[in-house]
Amino acid sequence: MLVTIRLFARLRELAGSPELTRHVASGAAAGDVWHALVAEFPALGDYTGNISVAVNEDYARPSTALHEGDEVAFLPPVSGG
Amino acid sequence: MVRFAVSAAPLDAAAAAASVARDRDGALATFIGLVREHNAGRRVRWLDYEAYAPLAVKAFERIGAEAAARWPDARIAIHHRTGRLAIGEASVAIAAASPHRADAFAACRYAIERVKQIAPIWKHEHFEGGEVWIEGATADPADDRARTLALERACS
Repeated sequence: MLVTIRLFARLRELAGSPELTRHVASGAAAGDVWHALVAEFPALGDYTGNISVAVNEDYARPSTALHEGDEVAFLPPVSGG
Repeated sequence: MVRFAVSAAPLDAAAAAASVARDRDGALATFIGLVREHNAGRRVRWLDYEAYAPLAVKAFERIGAEAAARWPDARIAIHHRTGRLAIGEASVAIAAASPHRADAFAACRYAIERVKQIAPIWKHEHFEGGEVWIEGATADPADDRARTLALERACS
């Protein structure tokens, strides 16, 4: 199934793109998409365990199951304010 | 008027305040975050703010609900700016209105602490000699320890 991946701040720079579309296995979880991304962009690996996940514009968990067409976002530690 | 917003437009603290003040309120506390000329020993030239805007607005709404649960008579607004900000410009404006001042001050402080914990917003600092992404808390709205810390700071 196809999912849209959104990346922000330094993650966006390390991957070279704010948005990617990737095929993932049916039933894949958000965390599976992250691990595939790290395989594609090894520089992201330093952030494993230190990111937040959002699915369809709501905070989620790495274990959150994805569906066709979902948007999954990976967020580095935040610094608003 | 909008209580929770993310926008590239310059902030208007009066608009944030007007979105929360009611006739029964006797106190209105505001907090305005500014771009500071020095950070961690570096001379800052400007900041670029990036946000995941729809999730940021939801995070602000969540913070508003948390504040309302803790201070039922208070009402808060959070407006955050994105894009390139010069030294001295306002990056965030928070307003908290309440019948009495103690709750207004506390809710306002709580809101900025929570913004820093859970809002999906990032500062890209450009300083003399380089640039760096500022990375603070790993955002987790369900983390009760972070929430407790924000409450302690608000009520200290």
